[in-house]
Amino acid sequence: MNVATTIPLPAPLGLLAELTHRCPLACPYCSNPLALEGRDSELSAAEWARVFREAAGLGVLQLHLSGGEPGARRDLTEITHAAHEAGLYTNLITSAIGFTRDRLAELRAAGLDHVQISIQDTEPAASDRIAGYDGAHARKLAIARTVAELGLALTINVVLHRANIARLRDLVGLAAALGAGRVELAHAQYYGWALRNRAALMPTRAQVEAATADLAAMRARYAGTLAIDAVVPDYYARRPKPCMGGWGRRSLNVTPSGRVLPCHAAETIPGLRFWSVRDRNLAEIWTRSPAFQAFRGTDWMRAPCRSCERREIDFGGCRCQAMLIAGDAAEADPACALSPLHGRMLAMAEEAAGTDDVYVYRAPAPRAPARALDGATAGEPPPP
Amino acid sequence: MPEPVPAVAGAVQPRLAAGVRLRFDTIRQAWLLLAPERVIETEGPTHDILSRCDGIRTIGQIVDELAAIYAARRDDIEADVCALLDELAAKRLVTL
Repeated sequence: MNVATTIPLPAPLGLLAELTHRCPLACPYCSNPLALEGRDSELSAAEWARVFREAAGLGVLQLHLSGGEPGARRDLTEITHAAHEAGLYTNLITSAIGFTRDRLAELRAAGLDHVQISIQDTEPAASDRIAGYDGAHARKLAIARTVAELGLALTINVVLHRANIARLRDLVGLAAALGAGRVELAHAQYYGWALRNRAALMPTRAQVEAATADLAAMRARYAGTLAIDAVVPDYYARRPKPCMGGWGRRSLNVTPSGRVLPCHAAETIPGLRFWSVRDRNLAEIWTRSPAFQAFRGTDWMRAPCRSCERREIDFGGCRCQAMLIAGDAAEADPACALSPLHGRMLAMAEEAAGTDDVYVYRAPAPRAPARALDGATAGEPPPP
Repeated sequence: MPEPVPAVAGAVQPRLAAGVRLRFDTIRQAWLLLAPERVIETEGPTHDILSRCDGIRTIGQIVDELAAIYAARRDDIEADVCALLDELAAKRLVTL
């Protein structure tokens, strides 16, 4: 009797719906763009419902309701219900701020399948300093427990960086104690806000090596009880990550105003043209949008990707990172050891990790900037 | 006092774990198990077992039904069903 296996699928599997860019937190590694979209431009619940039906028709199976903080949408229950009605597996990615037991129960009744809650660190003071929001940690823990008590599947998400990476084991232990079935440990990805804060966030090589050992130990310890998924630290890697499972191959990202992106950072690549769900059907966008076509498949590749035996495994890595570091989105991701810029990227990491800098919080910062490492000295953030 | 129920025993009523759904996808023409950040195609005996993990049927009933479908010896079916359920439980796809 064979156990089921994961299958490759030609239609997109996932859609990330950024319901809003509004968020009570101000994390310095936020994946939202530097230029946040305003409330006035946000899609309505009815528009999202249409997008969900089109996504399901296109073959999308899993929907990720994200932001910003999706809880900032007062119509989140209506949106969740529409997703469930469309037949999508519905996942809420949240800071947990703005939720109560009643609201979670309402979302569960609307058809919510899974909740992902971000945790910044193990201790309240350290966590709240990263989130830029006093009291966030305690509220997150309370809501995480409530999610588990309500019988909803819970994942704890952690972004790893220099200030918390040493506590990887404790973070996994915390996730288990909260009742999570899964924990996602993602090294900060240096685009947008995280790129601006790279010097304050970048771990040292020694920290990354220790974290790799910690990860292996935790996987062994929690085998069969807690799934641990990890996102590798690009700058210290030898192989690039298969970003998004390949450009325009598995998933779509819809911004609060309805722009459809191959990945959340795709707007950092100059010259790409994005289509909007306000103007076109999602199927047309998926198949024909210039932005999705730009790096689909392998025809766009240059050396060393073009002839690489791994070109259909890692797809040349991340286009946004190639843009940022190589200055051209069609080059190999410098995270790859075969890139001529690989050494330069590693040097960037080592240089960044040697500095002690202040966080630039996602604007507008709710309070005075804090020191990244020791919280001892407040200072002015560097200019953008 | 009743005996504590072993992890896999005839009286256990397996069900899909929290956050796991089984549904037929008309686009891919396949039964899919949807779980947090995972999509798994199910077919054959795996599907026959998973589709009966409804929290109502006992393992004993599932074994009976499969023995009838496959016209096989009950002992053989039981060993296969228990092994598969143990594996699915370890992957947090089924709750025993």
